[in-house]
Amino acid sequence: MSVATEQAPAEAAPGVRAARKRGPDHRPGLSRKLPYLLLAPAVLLELLIHIIPMLVGIWMSFVKLTKFFIANWSAAPWAGLNNYRIAVDVHNSVGEGLLKSFGVTVVFSAVTVVLAWCLGMAAAVALQPPFKGRSAVRTLFLVPYALPAYAGILTWNFMLQRDTGAVNHVLVDNLGILSDRPFWLLGGNALTSLITVALWRLWPFAFLTLMAGLQSIPQDIYEAASVDGAGTVRQWRNITLPSLRPVNLVLVLVLFLWTFSDFNTPYVLFGTAQPPAGDLITFHIYNASFLTWNFGSGAAMSVLLLIFLMIVTGAYLAVTGRRSRRA
Amino acid sequence: MRETRGFKIYRGVVLTVLGLFVLLPLYVMATSSLKPLGDVQGAFTWWPSNLTLDPFVDMWKTVPLGRYFVNSTIVSVAATVASVAIAILAAFAVSRFRFRGRSVFTTTVLSTQMFPGVLFLLPLFLIFVNINNSLGVQLVGTRLGLIITYLTFSLPFSIWMLAGYFDSIPRELDEAALVDGCGPMGALTRVVLPAARPGVIAVAIYSFMTAWGEVLFASVMTTESNRTLSVGLRQYSTQTNIYWNQIMAAALVVSVPVVIGFLLAQRHFVAGVTAGAVK
Repeated sequence: MSVATEQAPAEAAPGVRAARKRGPDHRPGLSRKLPYLLLAPAVLLELLIHIIPMLVGIWMSFVKLTKFFIANWSAAPWAGLNNYRIAVDVHNSVGEGLLKSFGVTVVFSAVTVVLAWCLGMAAAVALQPPFKGRSAVRTLFLVPYALPAYAGILTWNFMLQRDTGAVNHVLVDNLGILSDRPFWLLGGNALTSLITVALWRLWPFAFLTLMAGLQSIPQDIYEAASVDGAGTVRQWRNITLPSLRPVNLVLVLVLFLWTFSDFNTPYVLFGTAQPPAGDLITFHIYNASFLTWNFGSGAAMSVLLLIFLMIVTGAYLAVTGRRSRRA
Repeated sequence: MRETRGFKIYRGVVLTVLGLFVLLPLYVMATSSLKPLGDVQGAFTWWPSNLTLDPFVDMWKTVPLGRYFVNSTIVSVAATVASVAIAILAAFAVSRFRFRGRSVFTTTVLSTQMFPGVLFLLPLFLIFVNINNSLGVQLVGTRLGLIITYLTFSLPFSIWMLAGYFDSIPRELDEAALVDGCGPMGALTRVVLPAARPGVIAVAIYSFMTAWGEVLFASVMTTESNRTLSVGLRQYSTQTNIYWNQIMAAALVVSVPVVIGFLLAQRHFVAGVTAGAVK
């Protein structure tokens, strides 16, 4: 296969092509190597920080890599599938903890993705027709996403304090919805808190993406539908929703991958005292690895997480791809 | 779209509810940063008992916030500059050349974006420890280790977005530069880059935000000497006291530069995201 620049001969005007032959670009050796030279730094760094560590991680999951072997990892004894066996054995505490954490993460991810999409869609549609102050509102809505993750989550941490927090003040003192001050960062409410905080940070991303998608829908389709007597809801269902399909496909996948491996929210919200109801899987693996310094076991859990994400992503792409071909 | 009465009510409700949801934490952050310590340790109040700027003064003394600031700034700026430069070269190759391995490269790079960070956290930590032991290059507990780690985090998305931008620049412009005697690199620096400036700015801000806000790797790869803001802000919680007013003041100060940067570039962001998603 020959290397050619994208200006394929068929596209370029004959005159240009002739001129280029005389240009300094016409050095076959260089132009053949050039794309690879351009890619080299990116490839090297991706190898060093992503690909090699991933392969090392897979290797780690098969050895008994406890704290005694961290500085001298080549001496770590082979463990075969032992790390995996322990991780999926729901009858011992390690496997049981991982399974519970997985369950919590599934609920967290599903609820957060659905709500983030709904809020993002509601806001994007509300801001679709121009009105006075639209760009100010749009800017305000994007602030939670632009804020550094830890700054926003720390603020929520403060707001969710039982005795000094704003949330209990609003719910108990101002609105009187609750009579007792609940704990939000301990016990069963931890999952609700996690979802609220993650939603606050993520829905603006859904909003930004959907808003961009809405801009590409031609205005005259709506006008034609109006003339035909379609109301706002029908217009949304028959025009907006189908037109946004390609955007939605990517958006939902990205939101799922982000929420499922969310570390920042539980880490900054709970610190080291993670309540079982808020034990998201990345946070769980992190704690399991660094509390016990058993990296082999942590690596096995990470590989299981990756396999799960790959299966879900693959199935998602296969199902949605088939549906679009049929359509 | 035709604006009916129903739609106006709908818009009013949505903007009110979401506006309150977005604003409440921002309001709490801003007002709490102006409260004396006694206020944030007692029951929540909507307004400070007396307004004070002390938290903005004291926050530099309670923890070495200045050092964390310097660390975060050096790490984020270096990671951004390197990441943008590398992404420009890679995106130019992907956009302007057809070569063997092109699609393998783009798929691989994009799929690394989906790997959960914890998957390479442990191996990377171990690799860094062993590089230190065998080569003597200190990567754990130094800014260098953070810089090379962070720059790869923003690389996949930056390459993808810039390639989309470059694709939208007519190739006739490159052709003209080549005719005028520029090499391909001359075409990149004199024609493509100036035309793609909004994309480059958006990618730079994205890279900076990624590095500035990263928590997971910072929590493992930093020691006191290279601690960044993302983990440094936890130091305000001591055994005896949690200085919530200073935490809020510090959170506000570290947020302002990135929020302004993002909001200025949001237009280019939207364009870049849609260009990629539609492809």
